[in-house]
Amino acid sequence: MTRKLLTRRSLLNLGATAAIAGVGYAGFRAMSAPGFLGVLESAEYATLNAQRALLSNQPLAREFSPSDMSPVFKANGTTMPGGVAYQEFLANNFSSWRLRIDGLVANPMSLSMADLKRQPQRTQITRHDCVEGWSAIGKWTGVPLGHILEQAQLAPNARYVVFHCLDDVYEDSGRYYESVDLFDAFHPQTILAHSMNDQALPVAHGAPLRLRVERQLGYKHAKYVTRIEVVDNYANVGQGRGGFWEDRGYEWYAGI
Amino acid sequence: MTEIASPDTGSRSQAPREIIYRHRVVTRLTHWVNALCFTLLLMSGLQILNAHPALYWGQFGADDDHAFIEFFAARPDGRDGKLAGFTRIGPLTIETTGLFGVSNDSDGDVRVIAMPGWATIPANRDLATGRRWHFFFAWLFVINGLVYVAGSLINGHLRRDLLPERRELSPRHILHDIWNHVRLKLPKGDEAKRYNVLQKGAYLGVGVLLILMVMTGLTMSPGMNASAPWMLDLFGGRQSARTIHFLAASATVAFIVVHLAMVLLAGPINEIRSMITGRFVVPPEDKS
Repeated sequence: MTRKLLTRRSLLNLGATAAIAGVGYAGFRAMSAPGFLGVLESAEYATLNAQRALLSNQPLAREFSPSDMSPVFKANGTTMPGGVAYQEFLANNFSSWRLRIDGLVANPMSLSMADLKRQPQRTQITRHDCVEGWSAIGKWTGVPLGHILEQAQLAPNARYVVFHCLDDVYEDSGRYYESVDLFDAFHPQTILAHSMNDQALPVAHGAPLRLRVERQLGYKHAKYVTRIEVVDNYANVGQGRGGFWEDRGYEWYAGI
Repeated sequence: MTEIASPDTGSRSQAPREIIYRHRVVTRLTHWVNALCFTLLLMSGLQILNAHPALYWGQFGADDDHAFIEFFAARPDGRDGKLAGFTRIGPLTIETTGLFGVSNDSDGDVRVIAMPGWATIPANRDLATGRRWHFFFAWLFVINGLVYVAGSLINGHLRRDLLPERRELSPRHILHDIWNHVRLKLPKGDEAKRYNVLQKGAYLGVGVLLILMVMTGLTMSPGMNASAPWMLDLFGGRQSARTIHFLAASATVAFIVVHLAMVLLAGPINEIRSMITGRFVVPPEDKS
């Protein structure tokens, strides 16, 4: 009785299986290499382009009713900025605080809190989504950012709006900052909020002024904003990736 | 599933081996891409869960709100202050030290973390990188899924192989099939050339779970919420969607455990080969 253990077909199958295993292993090694992170990061542009196409008619983020609000709105990141300057602002109830608007604008401005409150106001009850996964619903009142930018008169090459903040998240980390592009800057719900849940903005939530950019995650909503700089690109700000957490690996586009 | 001629008869003492072409190329290719994507999505998803290992129901949910499921660490009384890990599901709390809540890292050091390092990508705590993996493979997963669905509609895989026939849906038939599975009596001969009704149900069911995960994943995106607010209503809020996302992933893991067990029982080499080359040796009928 003859029994061929190794036929041509079984050899071919063995070869094919070995090849697949080899490609799989090489692929896994390649995916563990640092350079692969760059490949993974390409997904951000796919997401940005897809969502910008879906949001091209600038729909609003959902607004809720007062009964939907979180009983306790979690404070995250910096809850009390360090440094003497911020303590002085607290001591004088932000009367010496000013918001500077500069960069690629024809009309740089310096606004007090009273100046901001004289502008048109918008109030919205929206959901805040942290990149960590939790959500809280709160009520925000402030000045539409687009209204301020119109008064500042953007230069033709203006593309991004950078928010400089008063807080360091970590010791020696450098100041918090964030950036949005003009698509989100001029959205009606993008406001510079000075009030939360019908009170002056609490320190833990960014007093005296924070950004609300409702169709993106929480880390985009810069707290303790002190300066708005209009730029053509953000490569020369911070470590060049458009924000404090972006410099630490997070996506610039935080719509997901 | 086209039958092909089988000249390969092995030895004279055996009955001729019947080989069929069981899986078409679209099925085979998308199966393995799907397996890769799901594994990486699961592991990066557990990394993301570690950033806030509590799951809520409704529109919002954070530290001060009631969590439906949570993974946490505590120092129970009478254990010399040693840390222990716990998992709470509704009113039920069970100790899960070593797996959930508290586990050892690759150096053997105890660490407080919901999901153990061996189950996450990257193994250390790194939400930013976990998200990069998750969204890259989410795109690949969706594209691959669309190829599979389109291919299965065009080549008839869905209609011919997956949708149960009327006679298969009779309680008697289903009970008989369950009984066969309980006895681990796997189909042979002609019966093995097609999916049985439990198999059809499992594959269609996991398809629904995968679609559910994509939809609940999108419902967690604030950008998508503005574009498609109806999804928030469908799932009852962003935090409900997040919980469903987790439960659907857990159910898919349960499917995979059973799926792999069935592959082992049915003959792993024949089954895996049929998903690589498409060729499947039909198990001969029992001679009795």
